[in-house]
Amino acid sequence: MTVVAGQPPAPTIAVTPLRSAAAASRIALGALLLRDLTVLRKHVLEFVLRTLIQPFLLVFVFLYVFPQIGQSVGGGRGSSTFATVLVPGVVGISVMFQGVQSVALQLSQEFGFTREIEDRVQAPCPVWLVAVAKIVAGLIQGLLAALIVFPIASVVHAAGVHAVFNIRWWVVLTLLPLTCVVFSAGGLLLGCVFEPRNIGLMFGFIVLPITFLGGTYYQWTRLAPVKVGGFSWLQILVCINPLVYVNEGLRGAFTNSAHMHFYIVYPVLIGFAVLFLAAGVRAFRRRVLS
Amino acid sequence: MADGIIHTEGLTKVYPGADFKAVDGLDLRVRRGEIFGLLGPNGAGKTTTAGMLTTRVIPTSGTALVGGIDVVAHPALAKQLIGVVSQQNTLDRQLTCWENLYFHGRLFGIGAKESRRAATDLLEQFQLGKWADKSVYALSGGMAQRLMVARSILHRPAVLFMDEPTAGLDPQSRLALWELLGELNRAGQTILLTTHYMEEADQLCHRVAIMDRGRMLALDTPAALKATVGADTIVTVRTVGEPAGLAAHFEREVEGTTRVRPVDGGVELHIARADGVVPRVVAAAERGGFHLADLSVSEPTLETVFINLTGKELRD
Repeated sequence: MTVVAGQPPAPTIAVTPLRSAAAASRIALGALLLRDLTVLRKHVLEFVLRTLIQPFLLVFVFLYVFPQIGQSVGGGRGSSTFATVLVPGVVGISVMFQGVQSVALQLSQEFGFTREIEDRVQAPCPVWLVAVAKIVAGLIQGLLAALIVFPIASVVHAAGVHAVFNIRWWVVLTLLPLTCVVFSAGGLLLGCVFEPRNIGLMFGFIVLPITFLGGTYYQWTRLAPVKVGGFSWLQILVCINPLVYVNEGLRGAFTNSAHMHFYIVYPVLIGFAVLFLAAGVRAFRRRVLS
Repeated sequence: MADGIIHTEGLTKVYPGADFKAVDGLDLRVRRGEIFGLLGPNGAGKTTTAGMLTTRVIPTSGTALVGGIDVVAHPALAKQLIGVVSQQNTLDRQLTCWENLYFHGRLFGIGAKESRRAATDLLEQFQLGKWADKSVYALSGGMAQRLMVARSILHRPAVLFMDEPTAGLDPQSRLALWELLGELNRAGQTILLTTHYMEEADQLCHRVAIMDRGRMLALDTPAALKATVGADTIVTVRTVGEPAGLAAHFEREVEGTTRVRPVDGGVELHIARADGVVPRVVAAAERGGFHLADLSVSEPTLETVFINLTGKELRD
């Protein structure tokens, strides 16, 4: 069919909704995800590079450079033991950064500078579903990140350094998606709370402390000796950090090293997921509705 | 509902923390197939009204129906019936122009094939065909606005909402957009637009609601609104020196004067029987010993109507 310029299409304007709210919402969710995956496909190289650079640098410095220059890490124990501790942590931290980059940063930009969100919330579905679509897209990107980071983190080691793996698939297949939900929902919350001009604050006061105090480089139990007056303050303080539970859980999923019990890891992470989801969706609604 | 596509009753909005009503008891009926304008200065409540009708602003009280659907109770249903063009550029920066249209179609449940066809056709119709594969960053302000209009009508909304559609556009783009909206309307598109440009309301709209401070002051066709002025000619007279006594003098001396309003450096006369008005005004000025510096004749505009209703100018 050809349409002559200036000739509007034949008017087939409906004055009643074509679909039920549920059907329209389901379709809208699918289209929102389709859009996000299309954008991801267009920028796949950028995605892979930005996902890999941090984990690569971590394992390169700690597991390749340090052993070669004789720098001691892992409390004087062997580099292989440290590698076994570090690799799951690197996967955990990568998933967390996906939540920040693919959800929080993007959302903050859409709210602030591009205003795209104003059009997105006119989608024929409840506003909360637009927020949930962001989380689902973040979840997919988090899983992809874990998928490409784990092999790289497992092999970039100096000669003689070997991480010892024992993969428990049922944990991997349940804990990784849960982790992705926690950090996507966390990203939603951060993206709604922080204005674009305050993104530096978000990195400084939220992202960096989570990263450095998230048990990526050490097991949680090894924090016990950090004491003031007989009180293991740091070990208690980091319990508010979801990355601690993620990394402890992933250690249990990928290796035989000591880790926090799963019956603590799962309930706490489910709790964080629910908390971030509820707060994130609420913050989103407050930003777009008045 | 009869032929009303938009129907509000006592629609009121008080923003949290505000001590005034942004919109105050608005009763509105917009008919199918018309271009309906909300005209008023900044802060009149136009954008808030459009926001409530498009589900973005939650009313404090009152009801709002679009296509018979309560927009507060069933926003997801109501959103199927509306298209929105907001004041800012809200195009998806990560997508091309064509993709912006295609994914909009998919969002509203139009199949892949049909969305592809509609996206291509609309780009042609809106003279954006050669920008199909370009980033939206490449578009000028006027082109971005056209693409937003194309996107907003792709799913054939029952009502197209446009918030200050030509604010920030150059005069040429503004004219082009008026023409485009006229074409869409002739093809059956109902349009509700907000504007603070009286020319836009006058030229484009079938009916205009004049708003100020959250209230609707008048609602009619532009011609009927202008007829309420009770004069067919507006003469603005500016004199050299002190215009004291000028107003009273002209009101007495120029036959058919219905209203005299002081303006900067002179007076504005509203005259009903305006045959040969220029010589009459000049003669009256000479009789009073006033030296004319400037004299201009115009027809009443919606601005005149607004001034008569509120005592202030639209641009204030």
